[in-house]
Amino acid sequence: MVARVRGQLMVPAGAIVLALLVGAVIIILTSPLATGGFDPTLPLVTYWAIIQGSLLSVNGLIDTLVSATPLILVGLSVGFCFKAGLFNIGGQGQFLTGAVTAAAVGGVLSGAPPFIAAPIAILAAMAMGAVYGLIPGFLKAFTGAHEVVTTIMLNYIAIQLVAFLIQGPLRAEGSSFARSADVGNSAIPVIINMAGGHQAHLGIIFPFIAAAIIWWVLYRTTIGFEIRTVGANPDAARYAGMRPRLLIVLAMSVAGLLGGLAGASEILGVSGYMPAAYSTNVGFDAITVALLGRVHPLGIVFAGLLLGAMRAGAGLMQIQAGVPVQMIDVLQGVILFFLAADIVVRRVFRIHAAAGGVEELSTVTGTYGGKTTVSQP
Amino acid sequence: MNGLFDVPVLGLVFQLLDYLVTVVTLNGPIILALATPLALGALSGVMCERSGVVNIGIEGMMLASAFVGWFVAALAAQAMPAAPSAFFGITPALLIGLLAAVLCGMLVSALHAWLSISLRVDQIISGTIINIVAAGITGYLDVLFSTNPLPTAGKFAPFVPPDVLTGLPLVGWLFKMFLAQGPITLSVIILVVALEILLFRSRWGLRTRAVGEHPKAAETVGIDVIRLRYRNVILGGVFAGLAGAWFTLDFGNSFQGGMTGGRGFIALAALIFGRWRPVGAFLAALLFAASSALGIAIRTTPPSGELGTILTSIPEEVFAALPYIVTIVILAGVVGRSIAPAADGQPYERESAT
Repeated sequence: MVARVRGQLMVPAGAIVLALLVGAVIIILTSPLATGGFDPTLPLVTYWAIIQGSLLSVNGLIDTLVSATPLILVGLSVGFCFKAGLFNIGGQGQFLTGAVTAAAVGGVLSGAPPFIAAPIAILAAMAMGAVYGLIPGFLKAFTGAHEVVTTIMLNYIAIQLVAFLIQGPLRAEGSSFARSADVGNSAIPVIINMAGGHQAHLGIIFPFIAAAIIWWVLYRTTIGFEIRTVGANPDAARYAGMRPRLLIVLAMSVAGLLGGLAGASEILGVSGYMPAAYSTNVGFDAITVALLGRVHPLGIVFAGLLLGAMRAGAGLMQIQAGVPVQMIDVLQGVILFFLAADIVVRRVFRIHAAAGGVEELSTVTGTYGGKTTVSQP
Repeated sequence: MNGLFDVPVLGLVFQLLDYLVTVVTLNGPIILALATPLALGALSGVMCERSGVVNIGIEGMMLASAFVGWFVAALAAQAMPAAPSAFFGITPALLIGLLAAVLCGMLVSALHAWLSISLRVDQIISGTIINIVAAGITGYLDVLFSTNPLPTAGKFAPFVPPDVLTGLPLVGWLFKMFLAQGPITLSVIILVVALEILLFRSRWGLRTRAVGEHPKAAETVGIDVIRLRYRNVILGGVFAGLAGAWFTLDFGNSFQGGMTGGRGFIALAALIFGRWRPVGAFLAALLFAASSALGIAIRTTPPSGELGTILTSIPEEVFAALPYIVTIVILAGVVGRSIAPAADGQPYERESAT
């Protein structure tokens, strides 16, 4: 057991170390552009600033929890789909549709009593996210259109949808730029309020509740067993009398629901309104979170906290090291690369533990290009 | 003719058809130009998927190549400034940038080949990683270069077909569409036809299709499956590299983060819609490009009359989302009836010699 857990931890840890090394090379190579001169010590300054900005102060820890909230929620969404043999790259679209719904409902209910307004806005956002996840699930189950392409197309459509709604019907009057109205009483209550604008909203507990529920559903219920079976072997699932089509639609809907919740917690807990050009990388980040967490709810929580810390420290990094916050995207991408190419990590660190590969991933491509595994026998 | 427009309800259909004909004939060159990255991306997909490797990383390959092409051309232009020649506006810097973009496409493809063929990483995961890493690194560099701007190297100039051809009645617009183009777009037509012939009429094509349909049988008759897959995936990178170069050296002359805007995925839909055949994929790409051009045309030159009132009242975001909606509809309607190569997406494991 101990050896297995160690094997599970060694590869992600090694992937992070290698990614930081690759990141250091990139930072050194681009240091003339970032600071105006060639600076081989810049990676140390950069990484130290990230740690300082995220972990070494109460403010930093609060920011880490707040940044980690959407990452864990969407990470759980991606992970839940992996368990069903689905690859959900639509986190961004599900997040955005949930967020715009929260902004719309929250704006309407801004004068209602807080304990009614916030829950209704959150539930509406979750429902909208679930619908937006249901679309690719339905398309996959009944037409065979692969979810990787359809979810990405839906991401672009969501961006246009948000732009239209915020510039049109949802636009708040009297603001200099296109944004929705303040959510007022629909805001998620702030539970920690530090000086300098470092706030934590009640929504930071959502990911932990969600992770517990997802774990319970996956490992303690019949439907969870069926979802995992469909993910591991769709044919076996069908011969055992399960309904893969229904399970695919269900899994994608649950994933969308989590994405919608993440969107709601950002709008109602952090910004309080939604601008027309709301940019988020959460859909891609969440893939790294899910794989770094070994597609297990507990692992996803830790991975989300880690990447949340990187996001929280990015601001200080840009100020102290002059390295743009987009460096975090680079680091996350390279971590993802080493997680997939885990053989590289194993060779470098001489890891021999048997446990390692994430076997859920092997079924993703199996359903590509019209070879739908859910066809009737 | 105009009498038909006044028929109630049905008249709108005639007006729409008339407008579509106008849009296509007037915007022929832009339609073919917009189809270029889609068609090239789909050709890259043909190379990979016909030999059994799913390539969902075309988007990332295009983005990386677009950046590298622009960057190298800008550096080369500083090192050797030259006036653009009369022939396609070619300068040494542009050619070096084009070459760099193609090499970048091949290099990123080689990475995909290594991950998916040798390491047997799930091919969709591998492609997605390429997309995320490419978006991350080019986005980071884009921010750095926006604060330290590089002077642009310019771009290729389109060919100017003689007025004798473009002025011809009825078919003149076709000559304009297919000839008034930059060098990358012009090469697309040749590449599509060449690849179609090679794939279905040459020994290489037969071997490639065999490896994509039944790799074990191909290996039995002496074809090196691993080597052929590597070669085809890396050669597919040439097309992705050209598509990237189109963004920054042919259609535009600068780089912006995320500028490929999902065209790598639309190219995949064109590939599927075109039944994994070069010519089919090219026609599908034209269809997608026409839907984009229609969206632009409605905003810039809306039709007159009743139809114009209806079309201009539709929010512009609907037209911006149109190519993505069309992609989903086509995927949902076509997949299942369009049959992929049988071994597409399956890693090949050679049986160990005993």
